[in-house]
Amino acid sequence: MTILREVPAWNAEAHLSRTVRDLPPSGIRRFFDLVNEMDEAISLGVGEPDFVTPWHVREACIYSLESGYTSYTSNKGMPELREAIADFTKEQLGLDYDPGDQILVTTGVSEAVDLAFRATLNPGDEVIVPEPCYVAYVPDIILAGGVPRQVSTRIDDGFRVTPESILPAITEKTKALVLSYPNNPTGAIMTRSDLEDIADLVVEHDLLVISDEVYGMLTYSGTHASFAQLDGMGERTIILNGLSKSHAMTGWRIGYALGDPRIIGAMTKIHQYTMLCAPIMSQMAAIEALLHGEEEMLKMKHEYNLRRRLFVSGLNRIGMPCIEPQGAFYAFPSIIDTGLSSEAFAERLLREQKVAVVPGNVFGQSGEGFLRCSYATSREELIEALDRIETFLGRL
Amino acid sequence: MNEILQILSENARATPAEIAALLGRTEEDVAREIKELEDSGVIRKYITIIDWEKASEGYVYAVIELKVALQRSTGYDSVAERIARFSEVQSVRLISGDHDLSVTVRGKSMRDVAFFVAEKIAPLEGVQSTCTHFILKSYKEHGVILTDKPKPKRLVITA
Repeated sequence: MTILREVPAWNAEAHLSRTVRDLPPSGIRRFFDLVNEMDEAISLGVGEPDFVTPWHVREACIYSLESGYTSYTSNKGMPELREAIADFTKEQLGLDYDPGDQILVTTGVSEAVDLAFRATLNPGDEVIVPEPCYVAYVPDIILAGGVPRQVSTRIDDGFRVTPESILPAITEKTKALVLSYPNNPTGAIMTRSDLEDIADLVVEHDLLVISDEVYGMLTYSGTHASFAQLDGMGERTIILNGLSKSHAMTGWRIGYALGDPRIIGAMTKIHQYTMLCAPIMSQMAAIEALLHGEEEMLKMKHEYNLRRRLFVSGLNRIGMPCIEPQGAFYAFPSIIDTGLSSEAFAERLLREQKVAVVPGNVFGQSGEGFLRCSYATSREELIEALDRIETFLGRL
Repeated sequence: MNEILQILSENARATPAEIAALLGRTEEDVAREIKELEDSGVIRKYITIIDWEKASEGYVYAVIELKVALQRSTGYDSVAERIARFSEVQSVRLISGDHDLSVTVRGKSMRDVAFFVAEKIAPLEGVQSTCTHFILKSYKEHGVILTDKPKPKRLVITA
């Protein structure tokens, strides 16, 4: 028998968390829909390698599946993988992290970013976020109950963080500083001496440094430096890294966090109640990539470097002033001279010449007047895109 | 590895201007180095890798393994160099193992190739035996996978 009841109109909005409802929408979303409608557009808007994961890594994963590796793993990640991460980090940065309690394997670096904020922030704690930067830090801080304090980096400083740029943003509530170098979207890096310049301030205000180094292996001129390498700074730095960019493994979702055992322990606590563990097949692939993937990794880096030279000199040649990006795979040319906003430029370039780039303001207010162009695409497409942009500029 | 050679080995049609842009050097500088590489014989020839099957001008290829009697003063060189002169022969290599020379032959038909081996190679002085392996299908040539499927597409815009 059917019971008839009076049901008021369903209002899903009223059931949402206020915090989530009030999160600013991603600026990239709107643009994604726009580009998706356009057939045949050349996309310089992709934030991932255009290489397929090297075959030996895929093959190792297939073999692990054939062998029946389909179970959960230790929350922290498989011991062999943590060992491999420790060795890789020692080799790349000269730093020692104990696989037992200083390394956590996460489901992509994105999870590690989220965990770092949730494990360390109390309601109202402030985090300094230098912009332009990757789009997830600010929402992740808000979701963790913290308060983001965005500060601008400037083209005149090579988009690096300086003591002068962060000092005004520091208050009694400041808990942490986010560093993300090599930087998405600017391609800027911070050298060891650039990092030294802000270390005193970090110590004076007892800040935690959350250092997203996912593009660290993709540093073309100069050497990648980590804040954790500075004397006495290792314990107050959480390094976040992963294999997505260096080993062309975005879809595998393997990241990791390195740091003080108590902080890694706190992050692991959240991880075990939410993610439980990263997928075992991806962990098996990651072990292969870290143990035997250096040659392929360097080959891809070399190809990015060729494209970087080709593309950046091309941008400057056609009248899109661009500082030399020293890391990641993005160029960040200025369009201030055109008088157009980043969004207007990007939208018209897409409609008129079918080239997709990402407006710089998506990465923070200080990105206004710039475009992010990814050169993780084929040389032929880069050359064609440069031609089309030149035509577009000529008709402005 | 020489970066110019690496680029040319993947694309023989890359122009000095294109190579210069990739390497951050001047066009003149790159052109001069290519000339030197050509003159010194490091660069032998610019060729095109063709999927003949797709071009529906099917050639028949065979790998011929040869046992060769060593010549007193010239070793393997004299017989290898004689074989290399035939236009049907694509490659001649001295190899380790059961046989001495590995020769790739191209012909219009299996009969063509078989007769070439029987009439031109086998009777050569110093050739003790031949073993012909016809190539049935080629999966990878000169580092290029011929059977590759198109790469899956990425999302058009990602952060």
